[in-house]
Amino acid sequence: MTSYMLRRLIGSFIVMWAVATLVFFMLRLVPGDPVAAMLADAGGPDEIAAMKARLGLDRSVFVQYGIWFSNMLQGDLGSSIYGSRIEVARIIAEALPRTLSLSLLAFLIAMVIAIPAGIISATRRNTMTDNTVSLFAFLGLSMPDFWLAIILIIIFAANLQWLPAIGYTPMDEGLWQWFRHLILPAIAIGTAFSAIIARMIRSSLLEVLNSDYMRTARAKGLTPRMLMFGHALPNAMIPVITVIGIAFALLISGAVVVENVFAIKGLGRVLIEGILNRDYPVVQGAVLVVSAIFVFSNLIVDLLYGLIDPRIRLN
Amino acid sequence: MTLLNIKGLAIDVDRDGQTRRLVHDASFEVDRGETLAIVGESGSGKSLSALATMGLLAEGLSVSGGEILFDGRDIVQMDAQEVNDLRGNEIAMVFQEPMTSLNPVRSIEAQLTEGMRLKMGLNRRAAMARALELLNEVGISDPEERLRQYPHQLSGGMRQRVMIAIALSCEPKLILADEPTTALDVTIQAQILALTAKLCRDHDVGLVLITHNLGIVARYAQNVAVMYGGRVVEKASARDLYSGAKHPYTRGLLDSVPRLDLPRDTPLSPIPGAPPDPTEEISGCRFHPRCAKATEVCVTDIPQMRPAERHEVACWHPNLTAKTKTGAVA
Repeated sequence: MTSYMLRRLIGSFIVMWAVATLVFFMLRLVPGDPVAAMLADAGGPDEIAAMKARLGLDRSVFVQYGIWFSNMLQGDLGSSIYGSRIEVARIIAEALPRTLSLSLLAFLIAMVIAIPAGIISATRRNTMTDNTVSLFAFLGLSMPDFWLAIILIIIFAANLQWLPAIGYTPMDEGLWQWFRHLILPAIAIGTAFSAIIARMIRSSLLEVLNSDYMRTARAKGLTPRMLMFGHALPNAMIPVITVIGIAFALLISGAVVVENVFAIKGLGRVLIEGILNRDYPVVQGAVLVVSAIFVFSNLIVDLLYGLIDPRIRLN
Repeated sequence: MTLLNIKGLAIDVDRDGQTRRLVHDASFEVDRGETLAIVGESGSGKSLSALATMGLLAEGLSVSGGEILFDGRDIVQMDAQEVNDLRGNEIAMVFQEPMTSLNPVRSIEAQLTEGMRLKMGLNRRAAMARALELLNEVGISDPEERLRQYPHQLSGGMRQRVMIAIALSCEPKLILADEPTTALDVTIQAQILALTAKLCRDHDVGLVLITHNLGIVARYAQNVAVMYGGRVVEKASARDLYSGAKHPYTRGLLDSVPRLDLPRDTPLSPIPGAPPDPTEEISGCRFHPRCAKATEVCVTDIPQMRPAERHEVACWHPNLTAKTKTGAVA
């Protein structure tokens, strides 16, 4: 298990390196560059050359890559090329907690809905309850998150005025304030996610409930609670966890869109502004962090596998 | 009072709004310390009868007639909670597929002790101690180590021994073993059967041994019920059945088993045709399409179980005083 984890960890860093490198070169292939974006038509050839030299863009792409890479290994992600040239690390340090809070809250809400919904519809298969859950699941899946976000703002922020429509308050300024700002975007992102997971749990549970070992467990005369939580659910969750791992990545990309609707300056907004301005260092840094989140959420899924399934843990 | 007395059991399946009968008027009984073998091909209704006794019939299947008297109480009339109270501590079951019958994500300890902790109220330590005892009893070496392991680390024979330990764990009065050795290597089969039969005798447990293999019946069972197409067609003691089967189907089964004590050129006589689909409607005796002795009455009228020379047989033309082909006593 330890050597497996070590291999996975090394693999994760290779993936992150590959993503960072790819993004580095792709950014430079995209038409338009930061100098043109900043000076527009105002600068003469001398000014352009001077600015390129200042930003280090006059050197060959490979030299630029070498410098960026060696800086990155030392923990230096560079600075924004705009305005007061804020360090990329600081921009990310500010944006990341917002995106992570949002995604994790969305994840929690989704699971709190999905697990009971999946269990109920599996144990009451083809009843009214099951059909109702399925109907809501399809509704949840069919609504685009940005649209749901707008509807939620209209209902809960504009009309009922229960919750703020935009913005973000850090957790240390009060848990309730933090929660009030995040609950609507979290629901907007989490709804589709919870629908997917509820459907997955339902079908996985149905298969498990028909298995031989469930019959053995019933033959022991166990209580319904022991059957569900001791025997059925741990097995049913094994395939679901894979989906959760993949879907968590979707959650982050959902956050990118929904952050814009709710004007939360998270990683998504940083990324989009960076791309529009050709702010190379910011985009590179943000992508690196996003890929780290992807890679490590998959790593956590692998760890959970081992935790739940002894066949993986012990082989 | 007989431990288990099944009278006129009927089991129906509901499929696409149609009701079909899978088990017709089945009766058998077994007492403590006694072994009853139920013999038949797949689809003969033998497993269904056992599952009905456990109250574990799959969705769509239901008991539509008869009584299942356990210690004098009718399981058919009990509500779900009452049946669940019987399961494990009064009636236990060993299933056919040891490879899939244990939960892959739970340790042997968890699966062996949970029943005892729930049904006998043992604490963890007492349940562990009893688990070790049970594993020893079913012939598993190094039981401390095994308790920590998971099903995938055990061989098929080993898993079936664990299943037997689970079945015995809450000191049931009755164990239903549904083809417990079919999925195992031949060398292991005999060990597991001998073990099951011995433990049931030692603990004064009634055993219902469901099998399609007549060969194993003679050694381990006192009484035999032969099922065909959802009906019990013949009942006798194992000795009587081997020395003189009355029903043509039972005779066919015995004649189609290869035997080493006959000359090598003795041809096997298999039963012609194939067993019927359990839901198929067949008039009269369900065996008549495959029976060499069938007459008009076999096609029109259902034969009832009647006593015949220490047997009970449901046949219009039972083989009275006849021996099996060679006259040998198995």
